Amino acid sequence: MKVTLKVWRQKNATSAGEFKTYSSPELNENMSFLEMLDVINEDLAIKGEEPIAFDHDCREGICGTCSLVIDGKPHGPHKGVATCQTYMRSFKNGDEIVIEPWRAKAFPIIKDLVCDRKAFDRIQHAGGFISVRTGAAPDANSIPVPKEDADLAMDAAQCIGCGACVAACKNASAMLFVAAKVSHLGLMPQGQPERYKRVKAMVDQMDAEGFGSCTITGSCEAVCPKEISLDFIARMNRDYAVALFKGEPKKTAGGGAG
Amino acid sequence: MATLNSNIPAGPLASKWEKHKFSSKLINPANKRKYKVIVVGAGLAGASASATLAELGYEVHNFVFHDSPRRAHSVAAQGGINAAKNYQNDGDSVHRLFYDTIKGGDYRARESNVHRLAEVSVNIIDQCAAQGVPFAREYGGLLDNRSFGGAQVSRTFYARGQTGQQLLLGAYSALNKMIGAGAVKSHTHSEMLDLVVVDGHAKGIIVRNLQTGEIARHSADAVVLATGGYGNVYNLSTYARGSNVTASWRAYKRGATFANPCYTQIHPTCIPVSGDYQSKLTLMSESLRNDGRIWVPKRKEDCGKNPADIAEGDRDYYLERMYSAFGNLAPRDVASRAAKYVCDEGRGVGETGLGVYLDFAESIKRLGESKVRERYGNLFSMYHEITNEDAYKTPMRIYPAVHYTMGGLWVDYNLMSNIPGLFVLGEANFSDHGANRLGASALMQGLSDGYFVLPATISTYLATVKAGQRPATDKAEFKEAEDNVSGFIKRVTSGNGKRSPDSFLKELGKVMWDHCGMARTADGLQKGIQLIGSLREEYRTNLKVLGDIDGWNQSIEKAGRVADFIELGELMCRDALMREESCGGHFREEYQYTAADPEVQQGIVNAGDVKRRDDQFAFVAAWEYAGAADKAPILNKEDLKYEEVKMSTRSYK
Repeated sequence: MKVTLKVWRQKNATSAGEFKTYSSPELNENMSFLEMLDVINEDLAIKGEEPIAFDHDCREGICGTCSLVIDGKPHGPHKGVATCQTYMRSFKNGDEIVIEPWRAKAFPIIKDLVCDRKAFDRIQHAGGFISVRTGAAPDANSIPVPKEDADLAMDAAQCIGCGACVAACKNASAMLFVAAKVSHLGLMPQGQPERYKRVKAMVDQMDAEGFGSCTITGSCEAVCPKEISLDFIARMNRDYAVALFKGEPKKTAGGGAG
Repeated sequence: MATLNSNIPAGPLASKWEKHKFSSKLINPANKRKYKVIVVGAGLAGASASATLAELGYEVHNFVFHDSPRRAHSVAAQGGINAAKNYQNDGDSVHRLFYDTIKGGDYRARESNVHRLAEVSVNIIDQCAAQGVPFAREYGGLLDNRSFGGAQVSRTFYARGQTGQQLLLGAYSALNKMIGAGAVKSHTHSEMLDLVVVDGHAKGIIVRNLQTGEIARHSADAVVLATGGYGNVYNLSTYARGSNVTASWRAYKRGATFANPCYTQIHPTCIPVSGDYQSKLTLMSESLRNDGRIWVPKRKEDCGKNPADIAEGDRDYYLERMYSAFGNLAPRDVASRAAKYVCDEGRGVGETGLGVYLDFAESIKRLGESKVRERYGNLFSMYHEITNEDAYKTPMRIYPAVHYTMGGLWVDYNLMSNIPGLFVLGEANFSDHGANRLGASALMQGLSDGYFVLPATISTYLATVKAGQRPATDKAEFKEAEDNVSGFIKRVTSGNGKRSPDSFLKELGKVMWDHCGMARTADGLQKGIQLIGSLREEYRTNLKVLGDIDGWNQSIEKAGRVADFIELGELMCRDALMREESCGGHFREEYQYTAADPEVQQGIVNAGDVKRRDDQFAFVAAWEYAGAADKAPILNKEDLKYEEVKMSTRSYK
């Protein structure tokens, strides 16, 4: 099979970008989408044209590095499948495929199809953890966790941090990502002491990064390669409301005896 | 010659670690913050070490080439993590985990390190559970376990088929806490390209910012490498495409010895290769062997048939037949070699004939499809995405693929390399898995090194260094290292060659697989060395790297990594050639059991099993760089002295 690609090319964050058209050499339908791009890039390299920059690493749908909006849809045509696990058998001979980067104010473009997702990390620095010093943990079985809670927490914890939810949202909101993190930790008994402080800190950082507001259209859930449920957003909103009612924790007097 | 002092503490094996911790030097809290430690890598080992060192009060700088410290390939580990908790009451203990690991490694690991690993394993599970890692639970709320290869107890903790991801996110969360607190400075999109050695001690690194192309110098009181394994030297592997040997290799070229480079793990259950465009092989977790049965047709003529049409009596469940005590849970090296044998006999299945069946029909009948789906659902859907086949209806086809490297930079008991101040953790070091790693032990080792071992041992070195005395980055050694890095980049970008770095890696990978893969011979290895030599020469003259030096340029990144892989490939062949024995994953065809051997006649091993030569090769081969890529490296040996376990013939029958 052969396809035509319309690919977003952009030299760096400050320069203007444009679509460029490339025709593929003969492809095999069992190639992954990224292997198809490898073939195109090898072809470009031989011709002396600079290869298309795109982000990828594990190529098994778990590291969250790959991105790409394919024909208008983050991660391409299939539900619950990341770009790296999309195969050319999902396309037809002669198709024109449009490939763009994630587009969001909080994810500035670095080059071509690569964008900067460090905003996600900064949200995590603000509260995406349970504070437990190494070596200070009790025996693992001393804190039983109901299987249903552990399973639901795992559903949320599967998030691979790719940012497709942001790319799909008309407001470039990061609510599904933050909700997944908040819910995973908030569902575990170990996460209770910091539950409300955490949600407040993470949502505040999310706002500071320039992500948009959520209007619950559900486009995030539709493109999530791990099919993280919109229900987690409701759960986070509940926790956030409680956090607001609770207000800032009362400052205790410092110091102590001795 | 390098000086290799393993620094194994004296005394009985079971009390060495406790004793060592007590006798280690401490640094008082007020002084700790005056020491700066560089950690390269943020997989399980790097993230856990960075977070823990920062908790202790050191000034930590963490470097990753990824955009985020959450993407390292630890994230892809599927099956689980071992720990000697004995929650199943099935006879597990620290000693049994230690023994299984030593035996699994075919008696080529360092005994004291492995015992420490088994001791620490129980703390890891506690730590991760406290961080909120959503491990699989039983209905009573307690932790669930499953079995993995090379063990007859259930000691593997897991989080569906995404255990590595969840453990990494746990370590990443610990790191986030310390970054948020300002105790760790995180440098992302920053690739280490050289090690700076001042007066014989590791005192800094040279880093290229992948976003801007800027090259920067960083000095520290100690440097920690947690940069993973080097299986991508085979091009096709289960590694992430970005995984590389560069950090370790540059340290090797600065004097760190590289131990047992030929010890490679070929994992038995991967999706077979389908075409020459392929960039990556996908693992199907070993955990599937808990419930899946591996077979091929008894007769060659049946190989092309639909598996459903092959009668039960015409199937050869060869692992169950050859290794009845462990059956489908035979260790990885054994299971891979058995798959190779049956395919070499012409009984392989699938288009290429390089495949065997992994069949779930019996478990689905026994447990019901929903139970199988609950246990392995994500693996079945991954298999479906790649092959377009439904493994609930027809057996999976699998074949061995490169998955892990047991070799790595040589370290002593403190995880310090032979360069003082340079520490190496996780897959990047060599010490714990010998010649074959057991399933679910990589996660254990990464976290053991990062959370518990290094934080306790690094002070022994730092206490010998005066606080606040680290060299400034304008010292000549830093300039020389920076010039080395920028010189390479200028050279490759100004070349007039024709070939891309990727095309060279593809060629190298094929040479490595053919000549230094699952079965090795002296002739084949010599041929490999020769082919790699000419490839190295062509790389120097015929490489084309497009694009600018300043700014994002993936071709520049690859150019350096492939150059290092080519040199490493040659060293691996040399190591495999020197090691005239078979052990674990290192199989030299010249050294195998045959029907004439008493061990085969007594039923201890099968003909074709690996044959060690303890009288001559019970040592760690630590290779030392001789100053130029075309000069033969120098072999240093660390003798493996076993105090507790007797080196014996490894039997899984």
